[in-house]
Amino acid sequence: MTSLPEQPSPKRLGLVIDLDICVGCHACAVNCKEWNSGGVSGPLTDLMPYGAEPDGVWFNRVHTYEVGEGAEGRTVHFPRSCLHCAEPACVTVCPTGASFKRAEDGIVLIDEDLCIGCKLCSWACPYGAREFDEDVGVMKKCTLCIDRIYNETFAPEDRVPACVATCPASARHFGDLGDPDSDVSKLVVERLGYDLMPEMGYAPTNKYLPPRPRQRSAGCTGAPAAALAPAAPAPQGLLGWLDRLLSQ
Amino acid sequence: MHPALSVIIFSTTSGAGYGLLALLGILTPLENLPHDRIFGFAALALALGAITVGLLASMFHLGRRERAWRAFSQWRSSWLSREGVVAVATYLPAGLFGILWVFFGRVSLTAGVLAALGAVVTVCCTAMIYRSLKPVPRWHNGWVLPNYLLAALMSGALWLAAILQFFAPNPAITLLALAATALTALVKIGYWRFIDDAAPTSTAASATGLVNSGPVRLFEAPHTSQNYLLKEMGFEIARKHAAKLRRMALTLGFGLSFLLSLVALVTTGWLAVIAALLAAPLGMVGIFVERWLFFAEAKHAVTLYYGQTAV
Repeated sequence: MTSLPEQPSPKRLGLVIDLDICVGCHACAVNCKEWNSGGVSGPLTDLMPYGAEPDGVWFNRVHTYEVGEGAEGRTVHFPRSCLHCAEPACVTVCPTGASFKRAEDGIVLIDEDLCIGCKLCSWACPYGAREFDEDVGVMKKCTLCIDRIYNETFAPEDRVPACVATCPASARHFGDLGDPDSDVSKLVVERLGYDLMPEMGYAPTNKYLPPRPRQRSAGCTGAPAAALAPAAPAPQGLLGWLDRLLSQ
Repeated sequence: MHPALSVIIFSTTSGAGYGLLALLGILTPLENLPHDRIFGFAALALALGAITVGLLASMFHLGRRERAWRAFSQWRSSWLSREGVVAVATYLPAGLFGILWVFFGRVSLTAGVLAALGAVVTVCCTAMIYRSLKPVPRWHNGWVLPNYLLAALMSGALWLAAILQFFAPNPAITLLALAATALTALVKIGYWRFIDDAAPTSTAASATGLVNSGPVRLFEAPHTSQNYLLKEMGFEIARKHAAKLRRMALTLGFGLSFLLSLVALVTTGWLAVIAALLAAPLGMVGIFVERWLFFAEAKHAVTLYYGQTAV
């Protein structure tokens, strides 16, 4: 059913991505590919993976931008994946019922057995979250790792999406953005998290945290400004004789 | 947007078929067209043939054609599904209208009007598929629906005028074709002016949310070669090529077919026949080129993540 849930649960699972912390290492994208190649969405087909023009399905892509000019300029690494929107047009345009938004947690999914590969959902997504698998002939997208986050064989701390589990800088956070008291919601309030392209009206669940203002001066660490003591005068006596001998 | 041939052939060919079907369904019962059975067979075969060829062409756009029947299920939310449902449903009154006319010599007003209604609604659904897509601002505007409807009326009227040359040349239908051609060209020019002047809906800054820090430039793309997003949504056409193709659609397509229809109106005999027979395919060429441009000139919001500054 591609109509949106009539009575969605207040639970809205999603990600919070901290652009101040992300170092652009692509580990989230690689671990996503690794996990999902073997998970419910697998295979994520790669065409000519060792050729001159490798091309394949990825659910997560890391872009790097230069923002601002001159001394104000900075580099921002920007991971991009499905935002699990509250108003996902990718779902409502689907003619077959393959695309759907879950009432219980807001996750947007594709039933690959129903998909006819018309590609209209990818046209309807401004964020480029959906990629067509030419080999299988169906559309694929981020599942928020439903096969991890509800996996009871995992230790509770591992029940997070693969991208979150692997981020070495802890730039990615997973939680319930529909609950104002959750850690992720508090983080969004504290750091002024925002929506991508709010003008599209898709009401994304995932939030991005902006880079913090740039620090203008070095802070005081407590160490003396002159770290090296001045050089000692040339030694006299036995040491002086040894010094002259070894310097020859 | 990538101009996929299967989709462009579908909307131009079946658009012409639906235009012709709508005109036949309304004008024949109202005694404006001959009730000749052979005329009925020729005209309806052309209309339903064009519709069918177009619908089959659209199947080639699918990754899993064997599941196409599933597309009839989500008419509550999806314009693509509605299009499929109405397109197939229209065969019923159209088939009945044809059988009654060709085999029994009876022209049914009810079947004709229902077939015409189905034809118009199908073309509306096709247009709404594009018009409803917010990530493509050059599609998400009020010009698209009249563009599609008028193009269908124009090509349908041109073909009807051409067929009538063999049965009962009808100056009123040729006049209709002339008016529809002029109006289609005018609305297309209006659309082009609109997309050239429209303020951008989204920018690289709004796409990344980096709004307070100055201009956003792509420093490093996520991948070294093309991917699905760039191949499907990242198609770009040089401004000068687009301008050349717009001129081609206006002159070779709309302009020439208008002039030929004019020749068919003021002459008789074989000259009128040849002029009308050339006007119809040339009009189709014009619509095909503008439809190709409709895709090629459309910018998708996802390109903002790949270096485009505004859409």
